[in-house]
Amino acid sequence: MEKRVVFRSAWLPYLLVAPQIAITLVFFFWPAAQAVWYSFHLQDAFGLKTQFVGLQNFAFLFRDGKYLASFKVTALFSVLVAFAGIAISLLLAAMADRVLKGALAYKTLLIWPYAVAPAVAGVLWAFMLAPSIGIVTFVLKKVGIDWNWIIHGDQAMLLVVVAAVWKQISYNFLFFLAGLQSIPKSLIEAAAIDGAGPGRRFWTIVFPLLSPTTFFLLVVNSVYAFFDTFGVIDATTEGGPGQATNILVYKVYHDGVKAADLGGSSAQSVILMFIVITLTVIQFRFVEKKVQY
Amino acid sequence: MVENRPWLTFLSHAVLILGVVVVAFPLYVTFVASTLTFDQVMQVPMTLFPGDHLLENYSQVLSAGSHKGSKAAVSAMLFNSMVMALAIPVGKISISVIASFAIVYFRFPLRNFFFWMIFVTLMLPVEVRIMPTFKVISDLGMLNSYAGLTVPLIASATATFLFRQFFMTVPDELAEAARVDGAGPMRFFWDVLLPLSKTTMAALFVIQFIYGWNQYLWPLLITTDESMYTTVIGIKRMIVGSDAANEWNLIMATAILAMLPPAAVVVLMQKWFVKGLVETEK
Amino acid sequence: MAAVSLRDVRKSYTADLQVIHGVSMEIADGEFVVILGPSGCGKSTLLRMVAGLETVSAGEIAIGGRVVNRLEPKDRDIAMVFQNYALYPHMSVYENMSYGLRIKGLPKPEIDARVQRAAGILELKNFLDRKPRALSGGQRQRVAMGRAIVREPQVFLFDEPLSNLDAKLRVQMRGELQSLHRRLGITSLYVTHDQVEAMTLAQRMIVMNGGRAEQIGAPLEVYARPATVFVAGFIGSPPMNLLPRGERILGLRPEHLEPCAAAEAKLMIEVDLVEPLGGDTLVYGHETGEGAAEGRARVAVRLPAHAPAGNGRLPLRYGPAQEHWFDAASGKRIER
Repeated sequence: MEKRVVFRSAWLPYLLVAPQIAITLVFFFWPAAQAVWYSFHLQDAFGLKTQFVGLQNFAFLFRDGKYLASFKVTALFSVLVAFAGIAISLLLAAMADRVLKGALAYKTLLIWPYAVAPAVAGVLWAFMLAPSIGIVTFVLKKVGIDWNWIIHGDQAMLLVVVAAVWKQISYNFLFFLAGLQSIPKSLIEAAAIDGAGPGRRFWTIVFPLLSPTTFFLLVVNSVYAFFDTFGVIDATTEGGPGQATNILVYKVYHDGVKAADLGGSSAQSVILMFIVITLTVIQFRFVEKKVQY
Repeated sequence: MVENRPWLTFLSHAVLILGVVVVAFPLYVTFVASTLTFDQVMQVPMTLFPGDHLLENYSQVLSAGSHKGSKAAVSAMLFNSMVMALAIPVGKISISVIASFAIVYFRFPLRNFFFWMIFVTLMLPVEVRIMPTFKVISDLGMLNSYAGLTVPLIASATATFLFRQFFMTVPDELAEAARVDGAGPMRFFWDVLLPLSKTTMAALFVIQFIYGWNQYLWPLLITTDESMYTTVIGIKRMIVGSDAANEWNLIMATAILAMLPPAAVVVLMQKWFVKGLVETEK
Repeated sequence: MAAVSLRDVRKSYTADLQVIHGVSMEIADGEFVVILGPSGCGKSTLLRMVAGLETVSAGEIAIGGRVVNRLEPKDRDIAMVFQNYALYPHMSVYENMSYGLRIKGLPKPEIDARVQRAAGILELKNFLDRKPRALSGGQRQRVAMGRAIVREPQVFLFDEPLSNLDAKLRVQMRGELQSLHRRLGITSLYVTHDQVEAMTLAQRMIVMNGGRAEQIGAPLEVYARPATVFVAGFIGSPPMNLLPRGERILGLRPEHLEPCAAAEAKLMIEVDLVEPLGGDTLVYGHETGEGAAEGRARVAVRLPAHAPAGNGRLPLRYGPAQEHWFDAASGKRIER
């Protein structure tokens, strides 16, 4: 952060940072502080009186079967999205790195889903997997699978996972491709001379050297699964059937907006804050230290 | 390299083609659906050949939305989405570049404090402060307004960090030479730093355009007035019943409209897009 | 037997882009051959074709008697030292050196024996557990050589291995390479653009330019009788003076020009630059007087330190045996 050359002015820097700080205060810190405040309070049925209840909201949450279930659902969802997303993109990136002809065309064709909003991705897949008229449903039924995500919770989970992963492939693909291309060609050649075939070269040389990228994507995909997939859920399953796809961030929204449970929703928000902070700290402390070779 | 494994090259292409198909298939199905009538789209299995109701469907949604679901004109929504997609990058870039300039090129009390303040916002995505932020907007009278849609989203740590990272690579000698030439800080900023930052700004613009266009949770929260819906929200509002009751052909037409601008940006400005992605995450 | 044969080897990237134009050479078992040339002359490409890292468009490459054109690098029984060392960053020195042997499936005691022996020769025994990023440039270079040695190949291939080292280290490593070759006696192909490396390391060298082999021979022979104008101007520092004489070019080495009395002068120059180096003095100027062609070629003279040198006219003489004549059109040497 230290530049040798600095300007001196008593008032200019404050003016320059003012807009950002102002917006940050009004729209970030103030609401965040309020969320914390509300999480320690309980509102009566008419929203007129609020009462300080300490950690009661939190205690209630941790005893609430539905909340704990939501945790499980979110964990399952994240793991599936992260691992599937990473594995598929790594495969595609490795293949794209190998081919000489058409590499640019493949790249262009594979990265455009980044432009699709998660909600839209959800709608597209909900359409294709619609229980009665979906085209993929049709194929599944032909193969003997009874597909109806409106009834079967695990199928609903599959739907949202597929939609979320489909959208995220392009992002992971780009990073993996960049990572692969940053590995010096001479390393691969040296390994080839040493007798390693393509498979062994990939697992003993390329994959270990790709580990910073992989770890980074693991964290980013987890954050994505936790937060950015709100649109996918809201546009398709809305948390259902039952609680099968009620991920934490969706529950916060549902309980706050639809069920008007301010205290509970705020408490959930605070817990989510802790999760984000943890993930961000991990990202910056362990991943941002790019290993120098 | 001499490699006697032609089957591996064949396999690579096969996997890639399969990947492209899986990625493109939903788009194709969506497009086809958007050209069919309601009855055609309800058929099981739906045909995979484009129909001839393209104009009809698109003009329907653009002017009057769907029949059973939301009747809001998608054309208005496209406008709203565009406002967000343009105002957010412009706003974000503007306030971040000057804030970053201040933090990097000045020494002043509270400098570190401000830096950490901005950093902390990385850990406060809108999803963790849903209700209170809604309340703040409401108290400020900014519900159902363009200001409410855009202003809260333009303070961003990533943009500030990106500029800071870039500024650190600008040689000190440039600032010293400018000083010797008699330029004050703002002149230096305007005449030297800003032109050098063009590529960073372009890359950021592309990413933020997509981000602004695809916003979902935030517009969902603060707009109740149909005229303020964005395209992405509009799609959701057209889905009213079980799948048999929805007008999928119209919904898909809206979806195509929702996907076109950002997809065009990604494909046409691929270089900036990739650069923006890779650099914002460092 | 680990002789290497290059028979009319050619390489083209596309129909119009031919980069190697028919190079042929027979390299004897145990010989140290240097491929010398400026950037872009194709020397690395030629080496990589022997390694199997580039395909051969026409012609044959044979190692130990068998044609290897279609063989993958790992089947050619070669080892290569890269310019940037190409050490596996995530593996220790020991693991780097043993990687190829582990792949071959050699028994552990054998692997250990070979690694220890190479580490001993290269003075790496104390570094076996370190990762490459904890090593200096010279140490990394030795690890790269160690990795090549343990494979006990038929041929060593070196791709400008010393270019990334500082001058002093380069001189030291040159000596180590020489003693290594004396000790192991393995056929070696060494690519460089540095003619000092070539002159000191090579038993024979190929001087390349624009994808062609301009001359093949022992260093002193190439120095004494350069086959083309290019070779004449490439070997020697400062390079040979090339003076146009009608349809021919006269070549005179700076160290073969002697100051003399004006009457005996075979060559007269107007000096404009004097560089005292301490042991010698380099004097630069251009031709003047009759016999000087239009264009007034630039001339360099290497004088002993005590010789008087200053701006102004300098009469020079040389022995008839020190004249080199080349045909101006083709650039080839004319034998008297």
